[in-house]
Amino acid sequence: MQWQFWIIQTLNSVAFGGLLFLLSSGFSLIFGLMRIPNLAHGAFFMLGAYFGFTLLQLKLQFWLAALAGGLGVGLIGIVMERFVLRRLAGNEQGQVLVTLGISFIIADICLLVWTGDPMPLSAPQALRPPLRFAGFAFPTYRLVVLAIALAAALALYLLMERTRLGAMIRAGVDDTEMARGVGIPVSRLFTTVFLLGATLAGVGGVLGGPILNAYPGLDTDMLPLALIVVILGGAGSLLGAFVGSFIVGFIYNFGIALVPDLAYFVLFLPMVLVLVFLPQGLFGRVQI
Amino acid sequence: MTPRAAAALAPCVLALAAVPWVIGNEFYVNMASQVLIYALFALSINMMLGYGGMVSLGHAAYLGIAGYACILATTAGYDQLTAAVFAVALSTTAAAFFGVLSLRAPGLGFIMITLALGQIVWGVAYRANDLTGGDNGIRHPARPMPFGFDISDAPSFYYFTLMVFFVALFFIWRFARSPFGASLKGARDQPRRMRMLGHNVWLVRWITFVMAGFWASVAGVLYVYYNLFLSPHAISLQQSAEILLMAILGGASTLSGPIVGAAIITLVKNVVSTYVERWNTLLGVIFVVVIVFMPYGLVPGCAQAWQRLRNRMKGRKEVSPAASEPAQ
Repeated sequence: MQWQFWIIQTLNSVAFGGLLFLLSSGFSLIFGLMRIPNLAHGAFFMLGAYFGFTLLQLKLQFWLAALAGGLGVGLIGIVMERFVLRRLAGNEQGQVLVTLGISFIIADICLLVWTGDPMPLSAPQALRPPLRFAGFAFPTYRLVVLAIALAAALALYLLMERTRLGAMIRAGVDDTEMARGVGIPVSRLFTTVFLLGATLAGVGGVLGGPILNAYPGLDTDMLPLALIVVILGGAGSLLGAFVGSFIVGFIYNFGIALVPDLAYFVLFLPMVLVLVFLPQGLFGRVQI
Repeated sequence: MTPRAAAALAPCVLALAAVPWVIGNEFYVNMASQVLIYALFALSINMMLGYGGMVSLGHAAYLGIAGYACILATTAGYDQLTAAVFAVALSTTAAAFFGVLSLRAPGLGFIMITLALGQIVWGVAYRANDLTGGDNGIRHPARPMPFGFDISDAPSFYYFTLMVFFVALFFIWRFARSPFGASLKGARDQPRRMRMLGHNVWLVRWITFVMAGFWASVAGVLYVYYNLFLSPHAISLQQSAEILLMAILGGASTLSGPIVGAAIITLVKNVVSTYVERWNTLLGVIFVVVIVFMPYGLVPGCAQAWQRLRNRMKGRKEVSPAASEPAQ
């Protein structure tokens, strides 16, 4: 019984870490390239979850709903980047505050449309029965979420390291001015990265729905986690977001299971340690 | 203080002191107290924002720490004064610690870290049911009796708040004009040059951070006295953002800006929430509009317009009307 608990909690932690990776990889990429922490990222995640809820209500197949919900959020991300952030080019502080303002608007609209009650998303029928192995019952859906997150990590890695687009993004992260100088269309990259980041957050929201439900306040629950992932892992680094997500996933999940009163507080310690001893984060490319 | 400034200040002081007589209605007097408390918050965050160029998104944390400490100490049986001193001391200590963590650089990392710290304080308040009552919040037993005066009714509480406010305003005014304030502005605009001149830029910023935390704690105690109640909603990210918006809307880097901003936001919020529930959308919209169209805020904007008008009336050719120092 005792280690049944530990195994299940460990699995939950990695699954949650996978969700966090979907959320924070986009956050980290946007931060790395545009130098702004997108404070609407938590709202993107929540919006994804709500989109997923509505699409599932419309009897859309789950994976299609995840894709469509993610793209819907991605479109909103593009609109925000093109029409609001673009106006404030060069004023990074203003851009950050605007993303915060937009996150309030999104959260309030969600409250208006989907009311204050938590909306449950149901996992696909086939994945609901637990997977039995060696006497243990594993929640199948969480394993699948983990697999998707790992696949997304691999795909992002290949995108960043092996494609022309990835090379341009890396160049932009390392030195925006120079990248512009050699003819890389950096402003188009901004839009691309914003689309990518917002879509990932939206997909994460839909996939996280069956685990977390869609509820008002999901955005402000997730945003600090993304921030801490990036503070821990280092900004602009995919590997940092990956490692950071799983560390935070473990700490947060076990925190909730073991000391529910202090679940947030236990996140504080690793953050303090990293800030004091490793100011760049574990794998940071960009000074924050 | 120049005679002109004194001449401008005296009517303001008189007007503020006359508020309870002029409006009379208890509801509006209470709202005036609320404006003063928020103005104190906005002034405290503006010490960092306006003079130091540091954008904090976790300022409500000090409201929370001071408020909860005050309530818990009072309910534990300490007298009100001890509880208040303890609360402010504890919260200022927290600010000193948070300052060390956040101040690796005054830029975007600072925003992220203050936000994360603020949300952690919020999360603890929300989850630690035994201590803070969780989502339901906890009540403060009663308002104190400073020097034996009863401040339980609206006008007397207003005067109590007003006195604290004037003390804070005087302090922050002196702070902004002191050599220390000058070195803070230097650290905002030209940190490298300031370092070359031998200033300890980090220390200047850190001391500012702690002082801002101190005044926010004082405002937090006042907040608890006013509401006699504290719940995690009061220390959410939204609250931090509102306080920040007050300073930006009025005009960071001016002394009167945060006060004007606090008055506008508090009144709009009270009026709007009477009619509709969509305060958050409006807050977000004001945020975006202010940042995009009025980055320097109302007070410098109006001052600039006034200057232009005067120049035109004098028939002089418009001299480039430099806005009073822009916030970064």
